[in-house]
Amino acid sequence: MRFAVVQFGGSNCDRDVHHVLESVCGVDADLVWYKERLGNRYDAVVIPGGFSYGDYLRAGAIAARTPIMADIIGHAGAGGLVLGICNGAQIGAESGLVEGTFTMNSTPKFICEWVYLRVETTDSPFTSAYRQGEVIRIPIAHKEGRFVTTPDILVRLEQEGRIAFIFCDEQGAVTAESNPNGSLGNITGILGKENNVLMMMPHPERASEDIVGSADGKRLFDSMIAYIERGE
Amino acid sequence: MKFEVQITIALKEGMLDPEAMAIQHALNNLGFATEGLTSASVYRITLDAPTPEDARATAMEMCERLLANPVIHDYHVEVAQ
Repeated sequence: MRFAVVQFGGSNCDRDVHHVLESVCGVDADLVWYKERLGNRYDAVVIPGGFSYGDYLRAGAIAARTPIMADIIGHAGAGGLVLGICNGAQIGAESGLVEGTFTMNSTPKFICEWVYLRVETTDSPFTSAYRQGEVIRIPIAHKEGRFVTTPDILVRLEQEGRIAFIFCDEQGAVTAESNPNGSLGNITGILGKENNVLMMMPHPERASEDIVGSADGKRLFDSMIAYIERGE
Repeated sequence: MKFEVQITIALKEGMLDPEAMAIQHALNNLGFATEGLTSASVYRITLDAPTPEDARATAMEMCERLLANPVIHDYHVEVAQ
């Protein structure tokens, strides 16, 4: 089993993800510079957080048009796992890997804080190690993380069970107060059409060891690893 | 033939524009009685094309493929020689 962690100029969570995969979860992971090609040797690709291309134009817009993203779209099309975190999620949305987009927070400032998320589906390669409706604690760190889509796409995402995580309070109640960035429907993690793609603004790699305050994020990587081991 | 293309990218009507709201708030604090404020990005691009129509088509393709995000943006293209 081998993970690729893609590095763009301006990525800054690449080594955190690599550390969690190799040292915490015990799987092989390569850092892959965006000018390299992906090849077909990877079971899963992680697009990490950061500020690719300085967030010029729109966060993720320029990285989404690089050749390695065509490789990643092909990897997803062949059934491979793709996880985008924060800037990686912005890149994935700009690439059309998921529907909708992440744009300027309703309060136009950078927010870095711990939040609570409710797990909306366990029927995905990324969330099978959680319990349906479980409340987990993971940090966010972004300025352009407000999820936006059209009303008809929102209905379809709900009907097809493609909403993975929504902001909630400690008890799991979905309220305006627990929505830090104004995301539509408190949504902050969405699955692609085939459930093998997840784009999320919160940082599971920053919550994968008790020593950093929470290990709730580790089960996301555990879910991916279990899915790959099952060989589905 | 060289053309100057001006592309304006703005949020679709009704989309929340938090930066515009913050700017309007600051103007109001300075004593300006504004009733509305929207923001937009403008790109001026010089390019070679056989006709103005071709220059416009190229500019629109730029919007579709990179400059605008169709989920949230509308765009407007003006062509000058």
